[in-house]
Amino acid sequence: MNPSTWTLQQQVERSIGAAVLVLVLIWPAVGFSSYWAHQILVETFLFGIAAASLIFLSAWGGMVSLAQTALFGTTGIILGNLATKGGPGGVSKGLHLGWDPTLAVVLAILGTTLLGLIGGAVASRSTGIYFLMITLTYSVIATYTLGQVTKISGFSGIGGINRYTPGWIGDLLAHPNRLYYIALGTAVVVYVGIRYIVRTPFGVSLQGVRDEPVRMSSLGYAVPFHRTIAFTFAAFVAALGGVLYAWWAGQVAPGDVDLPQTISLLIMAVIGGLTRIEGAWIGAFAFILMQNYITSSTHVPLLGFGGTIFGGSFNTIIGIVFLLIVVVSPDGLTGLWGRLFRPGGRWSKGGGEPAATVAESVQKPVVDPS
Amino acid sequence: MIDRLRTERPLTLAPKLLAAGLVVFALLYVIVITKVAPFTGGNWRTTTFGSALHDPSSFLKIVLDSLTFASALFIVASGFALIFGLMRTVNMAHGSFYLLAGYIAYEVQQGMTGQGLSLSSGEVNTWEWLVPLLVAAPCIMVVGLVVQQGFLRWTQGQELRQALITIAVSVIIADQIIAHFPRNVQGQRFGGNAVDLTWPGWTDRFVNLHVGGVQYSLAKLVVLGIGVAVGVGLWLWLYRTKTGMKIRAGVDDEKMTSALGINIQVMFAITFAVGCMLAALGAVVWASQSNISSGQDGQWLLNSLVVVIVGGMGSIFGAAAGALLYAFVANFAASYLPTTGSDCCTQYSTILTFVLIALVLSFRPRGLFGKAA
Repeated sequence: MNPSTWTLQQQVERSIGAAVLVLVLIWPAVGFSSYWAHQILVETFLFGIAAASLIFLSAWGGMVSLAQTALFGTTGIILGNLATKGGPGGVSKGLHLGWDPTLAVVLAILGTTLLGLIGGAVASRSTGIYFLMITLTYSVIATYTLGQVTKISGFSGIGGINRYTPGWIGDLLAHPNRLYYIALGTAVVVYVGIRYIVRTPFGVSLQGVRDEPVRMSSLGYAVPFHRTIAFTFAAFVAALGGVLYAWWAGQVAPGDVDLPQTISLLIMAVIGGLTRIEGAWIGAFAFILMQNYITSSTHVPLLGFGGTIFGGSFNTIIGIVFLLIVVVSPDGLTGLWGRLFRPGGRWSKGGGEPAATVAESVQKPVVDPS
Repeated sequence: MIDRLRTERPLTLAPKLLAAGLVVFALLYVIVITKVAPFTGGNWRTTTFGSALHDPSSFLKIVLDSLTFASALFIVASGFALIFGLMRTVNMAHGSFYLLAGYIAYEVQQGMTGQGLSLSSGEVNTWEWLVPLLVAAPCIMVVGLVVQQGFLRWTQGQELRQALITIAVSVIIADQIIAHFPRNVQGQRFGGNAVDLTWPGWTDRFVNLHVGGVQYSLAKLVVLGIGVAVGVGLWLWLYRTKTGMKIRAGVDDEKMTSALGINIQVMFAITFAVGCMLAALGAVVWASQSNISSGQDGQWLLNSLVVVIVGGMGSIFGAAAGALLYAFVANFAASYLPTTGSDCCTQYSTILTFVLIALVLSFRPRGLFGKAA
């Protein structure tokens, strides 16, 4: 940690990162906008955690997973089934086992991790676009299963989960700042944890698997096993976010894991940038800001928003923003930022090329000569 | 390699045996084991219809229903598979094209008949069904071509980016559909409400098939016929015409094909347009059979994905095989999972879709007919 050896980009980023961390640490304490603290920022932290699990898989595993939202929501459903009690207030569906909330949280995270292990094992021989398709089917299957199996959820989902928090955390409705700091703390732990994992021997061989699966396989590395473990870890991270989401929203329903929500998480990750872990929270923040401040009354020039020419809602705007990001900078905002420090670096890959007469070979990344 | 096979044999044989056992059990269960559920109670052996031997006509009906659903699946998914096969583009907007086509056809049919919300079959003649199809299909071809030329042409080869682009397109289309459709319904205008497209009157009767006394809906037989026609048509087009030959050459080796002087970009455009047209055809057919409502875009994207994942990406035969397997698993699970009184396990049928995918992928990671990339 010697600042004099840092590059300009590292210096700038680390200063900004430290400043942001200090700002969010003191935010509720000094009494800045509580709407921001308890809605926008908490949501940013917990969706950022889910997006981080997606980016982890994509950046270091070469697997873009659309199952993270399903895992995220499934945690909440398991937690709701185990922790909530029925009775007069408990009109929602679910088993209402009423177990000890701490135990329920642990089991919910473990259960989701186990689902990740199974799903990861099934999909582990695919990457890239195939992986995307397989995990998309996971997510849709999760939605329909939760919706149809009325014993555990049903379409209305499970409510009142935030009333059954562990005793050592206390009542989150009365003390929303606790949830804020728990979410912030978890987000920091997840960030540091992922940065650490990718530097371990496992993380390094995972990157080898991402770039050269055939070579890694012939070197004796178990390629599907690495992918399975990476997916399991990502499921664990998503589960952490899922518990926080259940506490924050109180209710978890199949609508929280359906296709639009799955796409939303993907949009967050893509806006932030699929190649850097910081992008998770940047993307989540940008998305949630848009979600909160673009309403049907917002006037957008040319689109006649909330009005006549185009009609539509927030989703049309988010779709257009998403399209622009993917077209202009596939690496998202962090990619754009990175370009500032690398003049002439990645622009060539973007839109400058003339329409390809012979499309690039698509099966395999080009083998580097080394 | 041979050493690896030798050492891994016990490990790979066990799951294979387990899977084969599962399949055999499922077949036996449907054919012999199960019994009709009593009004109350019941156990793992009780289902709505009982075994195939006990009630062959219900069994046959479910087989026919599966075939009908498989036809619709095949029509839609073959478009998806065609595009993926040639261009390696995963068109995540395929479901949105389906939905848009359904609504356009509905509006045209309403415009022609000038009725309200829901029409009975007798009020629709053949033209009032064909013209909506003939309007919707070209509309979707144009939308597809705009997306392809505007966004996909210059990102060719970047699979993930193309998937993301088409996801963005599908988000926009889905939202715009909610904002603008259905237009002709009083009271529930806009908002993507469920509406019915209507079959022409002559299909609204039951045909005696003279097999086990089964009376089967003519409309469903028409779906089946259209599915078979699409399959035969695609096969003739791909294997018996020059364009088809060029497309197949492009699938096998894009650069070589292009080096031979074939304009691969034109092939891409044609394929994409045909793929989108198949989504539109499938939408009109299946919306006449069931209905059309917002949210079905995701469902049909999933249907197409499951079909091509099971069948093998990018192969027309794979799409047919995948559609059949998926339709049979879905329909039989819905009818033959154990029922106990009012409470039943048929709600777990979606999970069997996952079991199907898992089974196929664990033995053939690229699907039944998939080739190694």
